[in-house]
Amino acid sequence: MGISIWSQILQYLVTGVSIGSIYGMVAIGFNIIYNATGIINFAQGEFVMLGGMIMVTLTAAFGAPVIVAFFLTVAIVALIGGLFERLAIYPLKNAGVLSLIIVTIGGSIVLKGVAMFVWGKESYALPHFSSEEPIPILGASILPQTLWILGAMLLTVVLLTLFFRFTLIGRAMRACSSNRTAAYLVGIDARQMVCLSFILSAAIGAVAGIIITPIALVDYNRGFLLALKGFSAAVLGGLGNSAGAVIAGFLIGILESLGAGLVSSGYKDAIALIVLLVILFVRPSGILGDKEALKHRSF
Amino acid sequence: MNDLLELTKVTRRFGGLTAVQSVDLRVRQGQIKAVIGPNGAGKTTLFNLISCVLPVSAGLIQFQGNALNRLKAYAAAALGISRTFQTAAIFHNMSILENVMLGRHMRSRRGLFRVAIKTPGARREEKAIREDALQWLHFMGVNDRFDSLPGELPFVIHRKIEIARALATEPKLLLLDEPAAGLDIRETEELAACIQKIRDQGITILIIEHDMSLVMDISDEVCVLNYGAKIAEGAPRDVQRNEEVIEAYLGKEH
Amino acid sequence: MIVFILLFCAFPFLVGVKSYWITVFIFAGIYSLITIGLSLLMGYAGQISLGHAAFFGMGAYTSGLLTTLLNWNPWLALLAALLLTSSAALLIGIPTLRLSGHYLAMATLALGEILVIFFKAEVELTGGPSGFGLIPRLSIFGFVLKRDIEFYFFVWSIVALALVMAMNVIHSRVGRALRSIHGGELAANAMGINTSSYKVQVFVLSAALASLSGSLYAHYVTFVSPTACELKLSVFLVVMVAIGGMHHLWGAIVGTILLTVLPEFLHVFQDFDILAYGLILMIIMIFAPNGLVGALAALIQRLRRRFLAVDSQRRGVI
Repeated sequence: MGISIWSQILQYLVTGVSIGSIYGMVAIGFNIIYNATGIINFAQGEFVMLGGMIMVTLTAAFGAPVIVAFFLTVAIVALIGGLFERLAIYPLKNAGVLSLIIVTIGGSIVLKGVAMFVWGKESYALPHFSSEEPIPILGASILPQTLWILGAMLLTVVLLTLFFRFTLIGRAMRACSSNRTAAYLVGIDARQMVCLSFILSAAIGAVAGIIITPIALVDYNRGFLLALKGFSAAVLGGLGNSAGAVIAGFLIGILESLGAGLVSSGYKDAIALIVLLVILFVRPSGILGDKEALKHRSF
Repeated sequence: MNDLLELTKVTRRFGGLTAVQSVDLRVRQGQIKAVIGPNGAGKTTLFNLISCVLPVSAGLIQFQGNALNRLKAYAAAALGISRTFQTAAIFHNMSILENVMLGRHMRSRRGLFRVAIKTPGARREEKAIREDALQWLHFMGVNDRFDSLPGELPFVIHRKIEIARALATEPKLLLLDEPAAGLDIRETEELAACIQKIRDQGITILIIEHDMSLVMDISDEVCVLNYGAKIAEGAPRDVQRNEEVIEAYLGKEH
Repeated sequence: MIVFILLFCAFPFLVGVKSYWITVFIFAGIYSLITIGLSLLMGYAGQISLGHAAFFGMGAYTSGLLTTLLNWNPWLALLAALLLTSSAALLIGIPTLRLSGHYLAMATLALGEILVIFFKAEVELTGGPSGFGLIPRLSIFGFVLKRDIEFYFFVWSIVALALVMAMNVIHSRVGRALRSIHGGELAANAMGINTSSYKVQVFVLSAALASLSGSLYAHYVTFVSPTACELKLSVFLVVMVAIGGMHHLWGAIVGTILLTVLPEFLHVFQDFDILAYGLILMIIMIFAPNGLVGALAALIQRLRRRFLAVDSQRRGVI
């Protein structure tokens, strides 16, 4: 009896880690745009939804091989992210943060509406990337797709770290986020960096959307809740801190999965949000955030 | 014991950069003291520390014997420290009169509920705020166009409004951050007269200024900063002859 | 102002007292109460909330539950709802408004979702997803507001009252403090203004207005369900304020009426109306960030100035 409870908890942990990877990736998407612009992009969840939707269309309707469809989807969503910035954010040159946020809210509604127009209200599934045969581990079982999700998430984090550390553009983006004026003085065009940040976070959102669809289905309305939970992870990890985002994503995913399994499944979706409210109360700088840094953003 | 403001070994670091380094400074009640120094010497940072816009990294700031460390900016203002900004931070979404009326905010108290239903007390208070604000505008020599938006008026008026607004808070210490910047010679002379007049009201003044003739004319004492550290302090004439000061301004090869 | 009052009084008699439009305008009035508060929050305190549907829902459910389950007097229930909602807003506002940035938007969004999940999950208390009914109608001094036309005048008198009070606030020391937040918090703080305290106050006030609106809704429709207070409404409310113009209180009213009436014409698009709202919102923010009323005010000012210029030229000639 005891063994079965432990294996059940282990099972919840496995589920939590896989969904938590997605939250972590969404959180990283928030962070990249936040670092470049200081705004919270309310359309972040829509990038995730579009990733899933476009992938489904490419593989199911056009019969593209998974690997081709994957990169094509990421490219298309990245393009949408870039277009969104050029059409909606860029024209608002001197607008305040409030206007920018309202625009991203508008953008999220539009993207959602377009998705409903194109794909209707049905849910779509995607075949698993490899076998659907669960792998038994210590009494729990792991779907191979979970390993794909973990792998994709880790790869994304590694690639991003390399990008921000070692490439010229990545360094320029970091320079912009720490001091815009100084970056401008050494010849970095901050506006281009903002556009790039949208492209990058759209691409990451798309990856998250693609890898989660095989286990979670996708519909036009899917983005919003993922975004909200991803944001919870971003705040828990310290807004702007991507290492924190990954850890917080896992934490929230595990909490949610344990809470739904052991406490009440009716409140499953509320768990991440309650974490968000509690963290805003207790430690708004997040578990890995720098308290000083939070204060200084206002100056 | 007539020091109004006393800074003891005040330091402020931004990451690896030390903007203000172990500065000691005393401002006596009723004096006009100037802080001068080349660009980037840490003058404005010093003002931000005194007005509690920034926290100090180390050291102690005392105002009338009370430590200011850890106070919020609005709390420092409530103690009687008012300031102006280098770029004349006036509110463009308010009329001139309203800008100065804002200065009376701290000296009035009717809250959200009372002003919403316009109690007799709230009405009276609003009227008093308006009269006080008008009085400070007249004091600064602004006598008309009270309902205009600042955008429609010349810059010198912006300066005057900003100082009037700072005075309306009834400060004990007034911090003026480059008040003559952007003014012509005649306007600067007018400003000098104003500053003297403010001092005659019993208000102590600490001023950052690049215009040396203004500094030499009005200040009782001058403190010179360079690279965040104090390099000289004393009567204007003495400071002017100080070797180190001349070096800081003109370089070693002058 | 007087023109507006006359227009609102005449309106029912122009379209007919039993017209469907009366109902539409009652809803416009109910939502206007929220947008007046939201306009203070967005346009003056510079903060955005995506949880006002939650405060609306709290008002509606509290009023509904207290009057049906415990047979409370509706007015007492309304006060209890106000108290509950204001405390919730205070609890959310204090930590989030102390921070710079827009944590409030996300925190209120989360609150709204949690509340909807709660309303749906607690089937025994709230009737779950299908809601509950039989909420009594409001009565004033024993006079029951049964007919639509009665409720119409009742709601819009409250809206007028709220509008006058909001205007009083704007033209007071509190209003100036709020406007100074928008102009630059640094200078406002230097004037001794505790900006975050005022942000919290306005947020709580706007939540209280939303609660009031929810209570009125419950007593008018006599039925509440989670669909009445979902995220879609929160977004709608923000769109209403932004379209009308967030720096003008009248903008809130104009935007609300517009967006309540518009769906009546957008029925042909069915569910795709949401797409239209998203597009309208983006276009307004990009091309007329001060909204319709803001754009109109700017136009009038420009015309007046041009007129004055011509006038003074003429005088100069003479």
